[in-house]
Amino acid sequence: MIKNIYNLGDAALYCDFGDTVNKETNLRVINYFNDIREKNIIGIKNIAPSYNKLIIYFDLELTNYKKIKDIVQNLDISTFEAAKTKLVKIPVCFDDEFALDLERVEKKTGLTKKEIINQLVAQKYFCYMTGFIAGMPFLGDIKEKIRLDRLETPRVKVPKGSVGITEQFCNIYTFESPGGWNIIGNSPKKVFTKDPTKLTLIDPGDEVEFFEISKKEYSKFNEQK
Amino acid sequence: MSKNSFKVLRPGINTTFQDLGRDNLYHVGLPFSGAIDKRNFLIANSLITNREDDAVLEFAYQGPLLEFSGSQTSIVITGNVNFKIIKKDASEIKGECYRTYNLNNKDCLDIISTEKSVYGYLTVKGGFQINKFCNSYSTTVRAEVGPNDGKKIEIGQTIILNDVDSAIEKSLEYLNSKIEFIRVIKGTNFDYFSEDSIKDFTSKDFIVSKLTDRMGMRLSGPKIKNLKKTNIKSEGLGKGVIQVPADGDPIVMLSDHGTIGGYPKIAVVISADYDKLAQCPPGEKIKFKIVNLKEAENLYKIYTMETKNIINKIR
Repeated sequence: MIKNIYNLGDAALYCDFGDTVNKETNLRVINYFNDIREKNIIGIKNIAPSYNKLIIYFDLELTNYKKIKDIVQNLDISTFEAAKTKLVKIPVCFDDEFALDLERVEKKTGLTKKEIINQLVAQKYFCYMTGFIAGMPFLGDIKEKIRLDRLETPRVKVPKGSVGITEQFCNIYTFESPGGWNIIGNSPKKVFTKDPTKLTLIDPGDEVEFFEISKKEYSKFNEQK
Repeated sequence: MSKNSFKVLRPGINTTFQDLGRDNLYHVGLPFSGAIDKRNFLIANSLITNREDDAVLEFAYQGPLLEFSGSQTSIVITGNVNFKIIKKDASEIKGECYRTYNLNNKDCLDIISTEKSVYGYLTVKGGFQINKFCNSYSTTVRAEVGPNDGKKIEIGQTIILNDVDSAIEKSLEYLNSKIEFIRVIKGTNFDYFSEDSIKDFTSKDFIVSKLTDRMGMRLSGPKIKNLKKTNIKSEGLGKGVIQVPADGDPIVMLSDHGTIGGYPKIAVVISADYDKLAQCPPGEKIKFKIVNLKEAENLYKIYTMETKNIINKIR
């Protein structure tokens, strides 16, 4: 369960679930997140789940660190539920126009373009968290053969829709943003919508599968515009 | 009859609709956003007798030039702002912050610039005719959400105002004060940094760099040396969190920050001092001072009490 609780500044509770990043730890984080949200605890304004941490922001005018800590420590989340998940299929075009770092990935992994694509589309991924920019999913774990470090110098602007890999993870840049992941393709699928009832296509705990599309098929989707 | 409106003749550098912020969406990657300077936001709405959480136009550095059309309205500007009203007959009135002005058909409001600060606020009696997104009037430009399609105000557009029955007259004597230190609480990775660097962090001057916007504020000064590791597992961030990347220059997260980050957190700015830090323009020197949680909580109580006292002085 929660290994340690600290304060992050004067208006947030920082819950540490341990050092390892794996599905099991992350599902615990998601369980706590769902439970705390459902309870509508007075003063809690925002909750940020990540791989192995949960940060709870509260309104200092209504409550304080000690009160929220007492509540969170005494939550009974021993019954461990598997998150309600769905499978999301994401089309990706790997055309050279979009695969900005393909050469680098080929060099570092010793694989051909075809092999890299096959490795990426061969399996389902688990969504650990969404964020950094709105709706961006952090997915894992990618095959060991295509794991590599971030770019030495991050890009100032990664194009919207870019599909990137680094370490054990892959992601989709839902908006144009600075970023250092290795970009190997682009998806026309809208992963963050403006529909308040369903803002994100992919949520923590979901499964994601990529499938390859041609450039022609890409322009037919036309969703990124 | 046509509605009261502003025509945007010049949009300004970063003019957006904001309110007290948007809750409960960190987990999808949307920060609180909202007015950066909460106190000046609250004063603006109180002066114009709108609801506490009504939308305002926030501007940074250079503000907008707006032409009013309609019968009549009242406006207020808060912050440290140089502005003027150009009447229909071309006569000019030098503007003072913290008092209402009445605008008549074809009067222009020229918000020239903020002074020794970054953000200023414009409120209009009755508010703007805009839509909420997820229960809030706050704009997050990077994610394209909020009123005005999540965009900054653009040249040539028309901003529709809600109808008002009568003009008002209100004023307040208030001066934005500076503080000697920005007070912080130790961050969750405080012990990653060398003893000398901690000494530097709490004694030397840091300068606000030009790489500063609503997302974050980059500081320059003594390099903060990390002894442990320069990357942590990506995790949540909040406004006021100070991260130190490998280059040793601290970054303070501001209201539109990315919701997840992987740099160690050396400290967090206390809630009571956030407004004042965020109002420091590039080039300004700041000093940090560490306080404990209890002190920070008390300082926030004092901050909210002071804000209430200021608002009670409105005449």
